[in-house]
Amino acid sequence: MSTQKMHIDRYERNWMIVSAVLLVLFASAVSVAAFGMGIQVPAPEQRVNPNTVATDPNSPWSNPGLREVAPGKYDAYILAHAIPNWEYLPKEISVPVGSTVSFYVTSPDVQHGFKVQNTNANFMVIPGQVSKLTVTFDEPGTYNYICTEYCGSGHGVMYGAITVTP
Amino acid sequence: MNQYQVSPAEKKFIGSHILVAILALAVGSLFGPLQAFEHAGWDFYQYLKPFIKSYYQGLTVHGVLNALVWTTFFIMGFLTFLVIFGLKRQLKNPTLNKVGFWMMVVGVVAAAIPILTNQATVLFTFYPPLKANWAFYVGLTLVVVGSWVEGWGLFMTYAAWRKENPNERTPFVAFASLITAALWQICTLGVAVEILTMLLPLSLGLIDGVDPQLARTYFWFTGHPLVYFWLLPAYISWYAFLPRQASNSKMFSDSLARLAFWIFLVLSTPLGFHHQYVDPGVPPAWKFIHSMLTFGVFFPSMMTAFTVIASLEMGARKSGGKGAFGWIGKLNWSDPSVAAQLLAGILFFFGGMGGLTNASYNVNLVLHNTAFIPGHFHLTVATAVTLSFMGISYWLVPYLTGRKLWQPKWATIQAWVWFVGMIIFSNSMHVLGLLGAPRRVPLGLAPYVPAEWNSRLFQVGLGGAILFVSGAIYLLVMLKTATNKERVESEVIVPVADSLQDVAQTPEWLDRWAPWLYGTLALIVVVYGPQLVDQIANIALTSPGFRVW
Ligand code: HEM
Ligand SMILES: [Cu+2]
Ligand SMILES: [Cu+2]
Repeated sequence: MSTQKMHIDRYERNWMIVSAVLLVLFASAVSVAAFGMGIQVPAPEQRVNPNTVATDPNSPWSNPGLREVAPGKYDAYILAHAIPNWEYLPKEISVPVGSTVSFYVTSPDVQHGFKVQNTNANFMVIPGQVSKLTVTFDEPGTYNYICTEYCGSGHGVMYGAITVTP
Repeated sequence: MNQYQVSPAEKKFIGSHILVAILALAVGSLFGPLQAFEHAGWDFYQYLKPFIKSYYQGLTVHGVLNALVWTTFFIMGFLTFLVIFGLKRQLKNPTLNKVGFWMMVVGVVAAAIPILTNQATVLFTFYPPLKANWAFYVGLTLVVVGSWVEGWGLFMTYAAWRKENPNERTPFVAFASLITAALWQICTLGVAVEILTMLLPLSLGLIDGVDPQLARTYFWFTGHPLVYFWLLPAYISWYAFLPRQASNSKMFSDSLARLAFWIFLVLSTPLGFHHQYVDPGVPPAWKFIHSMLTFGVFFPSMMTAFTVIASLEMGARKSGGKGAFGWIGKLNWSDPSVAAQLLAGILFFFGGMGGLTNASYNVNLVLHNTAFIPGHFHLTVATAVTLSFMGISYWLVPYLTGRKLWQPKWATIQAWVWFVGMIIFSNSMHVLGLLGAPRRVPLGLAPYVPAEWNSRLFQVGLGGAILFVSGAIYLLVMLKTATNKERVESEVIVPVADSLQDVAQTPEWLDRWAPWLYGTLALIVVVYGPQLVDQIANIALTSPGFRVW
């Protein structure tokens, strides 16, 4: 019984080969972008206590904002919170064009999102975790960062902005 | 041809599933157009305040009733039918199936109460530390466990059949249904653990906090295979019914169809991290592995496309269809069940392409939680699945009730209207997503919407209005059919297609469960195990619950 062979039509075999090749091509393109060009997704950065992260004086998020760590290089510590009024702290930051900014974002309450428009920075903000991605701003202008995950009634108005000055 | 007769009691039992499903769709879908209007800036929620407090309460109703209740009830009913009909055998233990069904019903009611009283406005993903009323979680648990119990009833029926027919190949429709039910049993373990170890105790005040990252990992263990639980019953219909309905044809390849279902079982679960590409707490290496497996699970869908199209084409050419595409015109488009399923299949092609895009690891950085995502899944679950189920109901409801389908012409129009509305709706949602519009936001009211989104937002509203018309026609047709005084003349023939090959020639290894089940579990252990162990070992139940609506 178990020696019965499976019948596969010729066209069907060809189709399966083409499908497999296509999928391998897609997978390769993604791999090249990830490892060749370095377009990477967030990695575990740091864990924090959501109950104290916004208040503990040793926590950078007790004093959120921009820190220049080297010429043209910044760390932006951003707190995303629903309570009391669905906003990011700080609401606005400003950097000169050509700056490289690493965003470190966390939440003291519920989950949020963080998407910097017109860049590849887009990630979940999860209480207890720190999310980090780095962006280089080569064009002057205003880049909104908006909340992309439901975080309560005010989710739809939660945003901030980076001004990239010429 | 003498078909096996499903007993009246069993027809009634299956019909109860379909009834609950359609009621859920009726209420749930009502909010879809309202949401779409909100995007276009037409705000109706201000008038709904006495009943529905916010966009988000409505969105919770929409997601839960459509994506969880409509689908699960329709599927459990359809699978039950397919197992009984396929095996030509009554349920082994009908009481068990009834118990499962009623658990599900009680669960829906238990979850509906807090949702309708605005105490569970947590959307259908209920990510903690959003904290809903405990009844919401109890309700969800009952729905899941009830569906397990029904699944056990189906497995017992299969076991009894197997004893009576030790050497026969399992008939395809029963075989594929059992795999779908098994997939569901395995994958729902994730959400069960999430609810029982974190959400329910949190809502009852038994624990002070949860670990939201780990909760997401549990959730998406279930969340991706969930989409295959939705999709596979539609595939069963496309494989085994549509060829006969559309062109009086046969199923092109029985063996490969079976192989495709086994691959779905093995590959559907171990790729949930593709929903967590941009989660901070999951290492990129695991995300990458899951993305590669996601490309893998695309393969059996490609096989499905081939077999289904080949089966349709074979029949259409026999009845004189010509040309590379000309044969498509020879399909039986005037049958509403056919039109609905064919149109569902056509839009699914685009849904599949969008799915591949989402799945592409770093490309997800551009798309994650944008309007592209609802644009995508309204082609898949809300069209490929929902429109197919509507098409199935156009023959199944007459079959179950003995009443004639009311105005088949209107049923056909319904399918086309859905198709047109969805193209407009979904296309504009995809484009908005690419422009950066977030999901789960009533965009008509959002403060950061640039002027160039406006024409697309209008199209979302327009598509929603057209879809509303289609949904209304569907409900009318169903209502008029269920109360139709005109009875069907004789028994409705179940339009199941034979296989082109002799099923006895299907290799025996395609009918053996153990190797595939072990393979499934082994793969889960390999690609989920290390992260689960790591995240559980480092669990921090520090996030207190919040009610922020
Ligand atoms: C009547 C036609 C429908 C229309 C016009 C419609 C429209 C919409 C809109 C505008 C959204 C909200 C997007 C957002 O705020 O992010 C949405 C969300 C959703 N829809 Fe539909 N929809 C329809 C039918 C369906 C069906 C039939 C299903 C499933 C079977 C479905 C499943 C969902 C799900 C799961 C969500 C996501 C909810 C969430 O983000 O929590 N929809 N729909
Ligand atoms: Cu938000
Ligand atoms: Cu998925």
